[in-house]
Amino acid sequence: MTTFEKVRELIVSTLNYDADEIKEDTKLMEDLGADSLDLVELNMALEEKYGISIPEEDFPSLTSVDKIAAYLDEHLPA
Amino acid sequence: MSRDGKRKVVVTGMGAVTPIGLNVPEIWENAKKGVCGIGEITRYDTTDRQIHIAGEVKGFVPENSIDKKDVRKMDLYTQYAVAAAVEAMKDAGFPGDEKVSEELADRFGVLISSGVGGIGTIENEHAKGETKGFDRVSPFYIPMSITNMASAWVAIRYGLHGLAACSVTACASAAYAIGEGIRYIRDGYADAFICGGSEAAITPLSIGGFTSMKALSTTEDPLRASIPFDAERNGFVMGEGAGMLILEEEEHAKKRGAHIYAEAAGYAANCDAYHITAPDPEAKYAAECLKEAVLDAGMSLDEIDYINAHGTSTSLNDKCETLAVKKAFGDLAGNISLSSTKSMTGHLLGASAAVGSIFAIKAVTDDFIVPTIGYKNADPDCDLDITPNTGKQRQVRASICNSLGFGGHNASLVFRKI
Repeated sequence: MTTFEKVRELIVSTLNYDADEIKEDTKLMEDLGADSLDLVELNMALEEKYGISIPEEDFPSLTSVDKIAAYLDEHLPA
Repeated sequence: MSRDGKRKVVVTGMGAVTPIGLNVPEIWENAKKGVCGIGEITRYDTTDRQIHIAGEVKGFVPENSIDKKDVRKMDLYTQYAVAAAVEAMKDAGFPGDEKVSEELADRFGVLISSGVGGIGTIENEHAKGETKGFDRVSPFYIPMSITNMASAWVAIRYGLHGLAACSVTACASAAYAIGEGIRYIRDGYADAFICGGSEAAITPLSIGGFTSMKALSTTEDPLRASIPFDAERNGFVMGEGAGMLILEEEEHAKKRGAHIYAEAAGYAANCDAYHITAPDPEAKYAAECLKEAVLDAGMSLDEIDYINAHGTSTSLNDKCETLAVKKAFGDLAGNISLSSTKSMTGHLLGASAAVGSIFAIKAVTDDFIVPTIGYKNADPDCDLDITPNTGKQRQVRASICNSLGFGGHNASLVFRKI
């Protein structure tokens, strides 16, 4: 599974969006109508699923599918 | 305009989600037949618990009326409330999923009550906090659990900018929501309101709490557990669901060409100021409340043909409520048909009076009294005509939905034939 697919799967299971509305460049707030609480919930789900800890200062940048995927690639143990 | 130059309030829409049906036509047909919605609790494992039965809502699919992205942000009590509100709005001739016109929006309010709000969410998130740490509870925990959120979701869905709030008076909550809505419209503060109540408290903690109070029936037979006014009654059975009414100023409703079910004619509320849970054994203020609601409607006591009783099936409630009706109506009490629909639905707590009001309104429109089912043994302290076991046709000029809540909160609503 590619990192994009992993992120998409998590968005679908956490926020109940349809998989086909999520593309690599999808912006969560602008394109999907997510609010700040949705982003917090998604971040918590990312932390739990991948055993990482996302610091407060990184949180505001994780607003689109490609940014989240890049962040995961950077921070997940290979 | 009506008596005293006051604006007249009418009911133009109704919606319901209950243990005996997922919409108003369904619950009315089932109540007429005396269908019992009480059964084994399926929501959690009751193996080591004293209470094994409740009136659960069956077959509810929230996505039928709510976007699935929003469903996950709502506690079950809010899902029931929104589903019932959508039915009521459509029934009143408004679109089910569009915002109302700008002109109407500022004059349209929401009063949706709940006894305990998102108790299921509170329990789940507390359990999560205990295992994962309390900084990892859901960011939706607060907006899901707070008791005013059903009102807020409905206001957002329809763009309603009038007063939106939540009355909390335990088992009488929805009567206060409907009654205050009547007053706001009558006094000119609004032209329309969605009023009602919602509850989803079939959870380990709330059933446990009522169990410890000895308030719940310990009878295992679902047909003999919620038996209001029966000599063998030993407590109430928890129910769940929601009921909603669209209240509207009469001329406003007529101008829209809306169907009018009945007049929401009278309301009174007061407090026993006696004990936190027990009703005043003299039923003085409960009786006053009934009388004042009839007076508020500008009617005389002999015009009331039906009372949808609070009738919880607890020893004290049913006895004191019987006394209240006798004190309020005197010799006329014997002419009134009563029934407790909690015999079929269980006790919907903060939604109880909303569903009770629907039965009271349908009695007026259909001239039919739904029964108190499961009745076997007469109790000399409960000797009014409670329409035992079989419903009946009877002319109903006006009806009352009566409520008595923990805290001594009494409320009575009067509905009159148009």
